[in-house]
Amino acid sequence: MDNERIDQIIDKHQGEASSLIQVLLEIQSENHWLPREALERVSQKLQVPFTRIQHIATFYKAFNLVPKGRHEIHICVGTACHVRGANRILETVEDLTGIKPGETDVEMKFSLETVNCLGCCALGPVIEINGKTHGKVSVSKTAGVLKSYE
Amino acid sequence: MIRLNTPEELKKFRQEILSKRDPNKPCITLCSGSACNASGSEEVGAGIEEEIKKQGLSDEVEIRKTGCHGFCERGPIIVNHPGETTYLQIKPEDVPEIVSEAVNGKKVIDRLLYTDPETDKKIVSESEIPFYKNQKRLVFGSNGSIDPKSIDDYVAIGGYSAISKVLAGMTPEEVLEEVKKSELRGRGGGGFLTGRKWEGSRDAPEKIKYVIVNADEGDPGAYMDRALLEGNPHSVLEGLIIGAYAIGSHEGYIYVRQEYPLAVENINLAIRQAEQYGLLGKNILGSGFDFAVKVHQGAGAFVCGESTALMTALEGRVGEPRPKYVRSNIRGLWDKPSVLNNVETWANVPLIINKGADWFTQIGTEGSKGTKIFSLVGKITNTGLVEVPMGMTLRDIIYKIGGGIPGGKKFKAVQTGGPSGGCIPEEQLDLEVGFDELTGAGSMMGSGGMIVMDEATCMVDVARYFINFLTDESCGKCVPCREGLRQMNKILTNITEGKGKEGDIELLEVLSETAMEASLCALGKSAPNPFLSTLRYFRDEYEAHIREKRCPALYCKELIKYYIDPEKCRACMICFKKCPVDAIDGEKKKIHIIDQEKCTNCGTCFEVCPARFSAVKKISGGPVPSPVPEEERMITGSSN
Amino acid sequence: MKDILLQIDGKQVNAREGTTVLEAAQGAGISIPKLCHHEKLIPFGGCRLCIVEAGSGNSAKLVVSCVYPVEENLVVRTRSEKIDRIRKTILELLLAHAPNSKQLQDMAREYGADKDRFEKEASFCIHCGLCVRYCAEVKKLNAVGFIDRGINKEISFIPEIASKECHDCMECFPLCPTSWLQAAFVLTEALAFPGASSGTTSKE
Repeated sequence: MDNERIDQIIDKHQGEASSLIQVLLEIQSENHWLPREALERVSQKLQVPFTRIQHIATFYKAFNLVPKGRHEIHICVGTACHVRGANRILETVEDLTGIKPGETDVEMKFSLETVNCLGCCALGPVIEINGKTHGKVSVSKTAGVLKSYE
Repeated sequence: MIRLNTPEELKKFRQEILSKRDPNKPCITLCSGSACNASGSEEVGAGIEEEIKKQGLSDEVEIRKTGCHGFCERGPIIVNHPGETTYLQIKPEDVPEIVSEAVNGKKVIDRLLYTDPETDKKIVSESEIPFYKNQKRLVFGSNGSIDPKSIDDYVAIGGYSAISKVLAGMTPEEVLEEVKKSELRGRGGGGFLTGRKWEGSRDAPEKIKYVIVNADEGDPGAYMDRALLEGNPHSVLEGLIIGAYAIGSHEGYIYVRQEYPLAVENINLAIRQAEQYGLLGKNILGSGFDFAVKVHQGAGAFVCGESTALMTALEGRVGEPRPKYVRSNIRGLWDKPSVLNNVETWANVPLIINKGADWFTQIGTEGSKGTKIFSLVGKITNTGLVEVPMGMTLRDIIYKIGGGIPGGKKFKAVQTGGPSGGCIPEEQLDLEVGFDELTGAGSMMGSGGMIVMDEATCMVDVARYFINFLTDESCGKCVPCREGLRQMNKILTNITEGKGKEGDIELLEVLSETAMEASLCALGKSAPNPFLSTLRYFRDEYEAHIREKRCPALYCKELIKYYIDPEKCRACMICFKKCPVDAIDGEKKKIHIIDQEKCTNCGTCFEVCPARFSAVKKISGGPVPSPVPEEERMITGSSN
Repeated sequence: MKDILLQIDGKQVNAREGTTVLEAAQGAGISIPKLCHHEKLIPFGGCRLCIVEAGSGNSAKLVVSCVYPVEENLVVRTRSEKIDRIRKTILELLLAHAPNSKQLQDMAREYGADKDRFEKEASFCIHCGLCVRYCAEVKKLNAVGFIDRGINKEISFIPEIASKECHDCMECFPLCPTSWLQAAFVLTEALAFPGASSGTTSKE
């Protein structure tokens, strides 16, 4: 992401340090991850120590400091889904993709995250892939769901 | 869009809207909340619009995409007006029929109606369905009548009449008195008296004060605030404006978790619309009162639901809570007096102003007035969002409204209050729901999550689950929480894996005391609750795990083995084919055997064995029976 | 600035308004164990070792004395069975990270803390925050900061700043109760600006 675009986003929030998190969210949303250069630029323009930016970028889980895969898998591990067996689904997905939550596979095909409650408890257990919700998944059906993504 | 300059003009505008709307004109309301969207309501909605166009019926019937109706188990939901005909679990194929029925109003589509499980009769209207009949949907009910993206819809049902009443003739002190009289308690978890919180800020000498909406709903399994903010954002906004007026604040923030994109979208739209109408911003309804609101998104941290951490996040910092020695309604955001309340709390305010505190106090119990929205989820037949008066028993909520436990399973416990709460067992089911009652039982109200568990839920695993969640979400600043929960997580995980030892329970209790007494914030202080409540009511499960390496609920993976009952196996080969590690030995007509060395305990065989055989069993705490000898493995006679 | 009179461990103590219970106690020669407190830094309230009991009867509660402001007629107890038990547990939790820390060992002796009560943890850092706060508040250089949260929280040097400033400064090093700070610095140096050796300040 080029500096000009970053500057635009910062100016939109009146260059205020309190809007730091909102600025980073916008950069993350457009770029899908936060390169170090982007963080340095924000630190410079908002006159905020780099340590603070770095802490925020690592403290909040909405931010990724490494690029993501083509397909983002979110597995709901909220209490309702957990009680309906989400843990087994997570293990199955880990086995099938070879990655653990927070990781991206070597071919950059899948990125895996766990999320706490998508608000679709009636459909639990729930997997969300690229924003599409797959509800009432079972261990035996999971492989089929993943296969449909190139 | 016109600007409304006085309360009178708002009244007239409302009448104008109503005069242009024919209550008898057929209207198809389609639930378009996030959960129904996930069930396919977007396609259904598109289908309806297309069908209306195709049949040339745009003047005869309209479609209104509303927020969440609450009966999430049966979504997508359509309610046809007039007549309140309710259709459930709609698919795109059903659309043409539904449109025709809406216009003609003649033959109701039987197969899409709700069937009462006790009488087997079909029920036509929404309010007769047991799920809805036993609720008291004062706050949440409007969701079904309005398109959240339309401020006119909200005005039409009486929206903004409360702030109008306030600005037309109430002083801030009078507003405060009314809220105090109502005895409204915070709906986010703390249950603090709202009026008292407001009063503290009102009395603070600072000129700059803030009001904040906490929409960071982080309790997993709770999504009431999401449904309210998505489905009726103006109700929250109206409450906020009234609160700001009462305490003398001119600047407000709405902190919404970024995991709720539809809620963010709808509240932002609502703010823009309210500003255009003169209901927000400078000189609201010509009263001279200024109030502006900004939306801030969360960035993925449960701890930011804690009020001081939320304020720290609003300041653009990491969400580390602050000590509560100086209350945040005196020194909060930017060290100024700040009233932070939950979404549902704010949504109650317009009702209290419109109908009066006396009306409000008639509902509920001595210590808990009004209603509460719960997310009834987990092992329950009617999953969804329910609003009940305080004082209704857990039994009524779970059985009368929730329809009991599915699959013929037995109720075991209901977990309330999220990670800060506890599990309530069967013997307490007649507990009347209320703040103090739930706390007395070892749990708490929390934000309203109500997770039902059955005999297949392991209570030790439930404790482990919540502690694990909190070790992930802890901000890490203080030792009792960061290190204490770290160790509790290790010990509980070991217990569920069969590595528990004598003394573990006592050590967990010591760590619990340290966290409860010495943690910096409520996250750490309440973290031991799920452990302590499950220990209180289900100690036998802990002891079974530790002493016998047995999981009574047959859940903990390392403590169970899968075994095919040779008496029941009909050698259908289904599990043989599905086993991901080829651990099953078998052929047609030859009883299958699981090779325990190869088995990874994934549970696939258990899942896929046809119900009429139910041959795969789970065993815990004892050895797997020896395999049947080879000669006896052939099935003779009829099979399958 | 008013003078406040409070009672600590039965002793009448005078303190200026706006000071903390810990400062008041120190001024009166009463010792309260502490780890993350430093007179040059804003109180952190992270280690919780300085907890004391404030108030009496039903209103008695445990508060963190390095942050809690003095109040007129406040009754404070710095030791009790519960306080000692909690301090012992906190020390044991920290000793799982840094069993060889002299500061922790001294306090452990006083409270009977067992360094082997919990399994050893991989990281020495006990997150007292002294290094990060000193660099931010006193030196105003922000060469080292926190990253992440909860059990994944760590300290992290910013290579560009550290390579320029740290060799000539190193004022935070003696503040560290464990040897983690030095280890972290050496590691950062090796990874981020290889080729630099102690004594030079060349960037990579």
